[in-house]
Amino acid sequence: MESSSGSGASPKLVHSLLERVNRIVDELCRDREGINLMEVCGTHTMAISGFGIRQAVDKRLKLLSGPGCPVCVTTQEEIDGAIGLAENPDITLVTFGDMMRVPGSRCSLEQEKAKGADVRVIYSAMDALDFADAENGRQFVFLGIGFETTAPTVAAAVLAAQHRGIENLSVLPMFKLIPPALEKIVSSKRVNISGFILPGHVSTIIGTRKYQFLVEKYRMPSCITGFEASDIVQGIYMLLKQMKEGPEVAIQYRRIVRPEGNPEARHIMETVFEPVDAAWRGIGMMPGSGLGFREDFGLFDAHKRFEFKPRKPRKTGCRCGEVMLGLITPPECKLFGKICTPEMPVGPCMVSSEGACAAYYKYERRND
Amino acid sequence: MCLGIPVRIVELNRDTAIGEVGGVQREISVMMTPDAKVGDYVIVHAGFAIQIVDQEEAKENLRILEQMARAVDEKREKVRRRKNARG
Repeated sequence: MESSSGSGASPKLVHSLLERVNRIVDELCRDREGINLMEVCGTHTMAISGFGIRQAVDKRLKLLSGPGCPVCVTTQEEIDGAIGLAENPDITLVTFGDMMRVPGSRCSLEQEKAKGADVRVIYSAMDALDFADAENGRQFVFLGIGFETTAPTVAAAVLAAQHRGIENLSVLPMFKLIPPALEKIVSSKRVNISGFILPGHVSTIIGTRKYQFLVEKYRMPSCITGFEASDIVQGIYMLLKQMKEGPEVAIQYRRIVRPEGNPEARHIMETVFEPVDAAWRGIGMMPGSGLGFREDFGLFDAHKRFEFKPRKPRKTGCRCGEVMLGLITPPECKLFGKICTPEMPVGPCMVSSEGACAAYYKYERRND
Repeated sequence: MCLGIPVRIVELNRDTAIGEVGGVQREISVMMTPDAKVGDYVIVHAGFAIQIVDQEEAKENLRILEQMARAVDEKREKVRRRKNARG
């Protein structure tokens, strides 16, 4: 075993686990047609495809991808708003790399950059501070995309900017919160879900409490799961056990996730941001499912600093919205692999390295 | 995007640390993991350590998995013997 954070499980252990999983599936399917488990984390999407877990489990067990990729759930309007800012020669856009190629109604940030817009890719929100500090005559806007894992890091950068007196940096908040999306999916009953493979790193921050409604209100098996093959198969095993023995919010990824989450990270996030209503691609408006600036930090809000012109969204036939709700698998979209590929993506699920369409394209595309 | 990378802390200086992964070092913020010590592994997301890896939990889980694997092996062996006895 490597002495880092790996699960340390050998392939043989994974095989034993799979055998056990398939045995329980067989048992559970005596009185039901099939079992649908949904993951809501782009890294799980990639891992399930990449390790071939979908093919290794009994066919009656379906693994569906939920709205777990931050870029994918960002609406066309939000993306257009960001791209619109890039067109302003007085503004430098600062972003995580996965936003660059997402198509807006007319073009992507990458295309704007090629035309001369100042768009810079960074690894940490803290990097934006140094840019803004070095050119204080220019406006810098950071694209605040991500879930509960990323929002605290951006909040920390805002606090640092305030501390350093940096005034030419703002954030365009497009953050999304996972629990309200889960509730929407469970309550809509459009997909019959038997359990949730809950995200490992979102849960590192929020812990188990925010998921309790899944068990208390919906009797839904739930398991916070890690990212190695053994983690995912064990998480599936724990969910199937819950189907037999009763639901709970379990933690498979115990080496990282504590039941209370990370209170320090939450404190930083809640100092700067507060829940707001937000629209998700494919799902629509959900109360309290996004994060906006608290009044004290309004100066950092790009929405208040700049004007946004709404643009009419382009109709493409893209079905990312349905893919993200588990209503269809990527190959069921007519554009998949034909008009829409990672080289020429039409929808965000094909662009993002964590999107369900990109995962299927890379690992599960049949060559027929 | 939520790809957390395990990084070993090799140097600590209040809110920042030097983390090492695969021989590469870079500065990370440890403001969200105030208990982190030199030698700890932390999960790093977008430049911030978001949690300390609990090595005891990792070992405990491995023990559970090994136990499960043994049970699976035993069951398989039982089924095989039963088949042989019949056949």
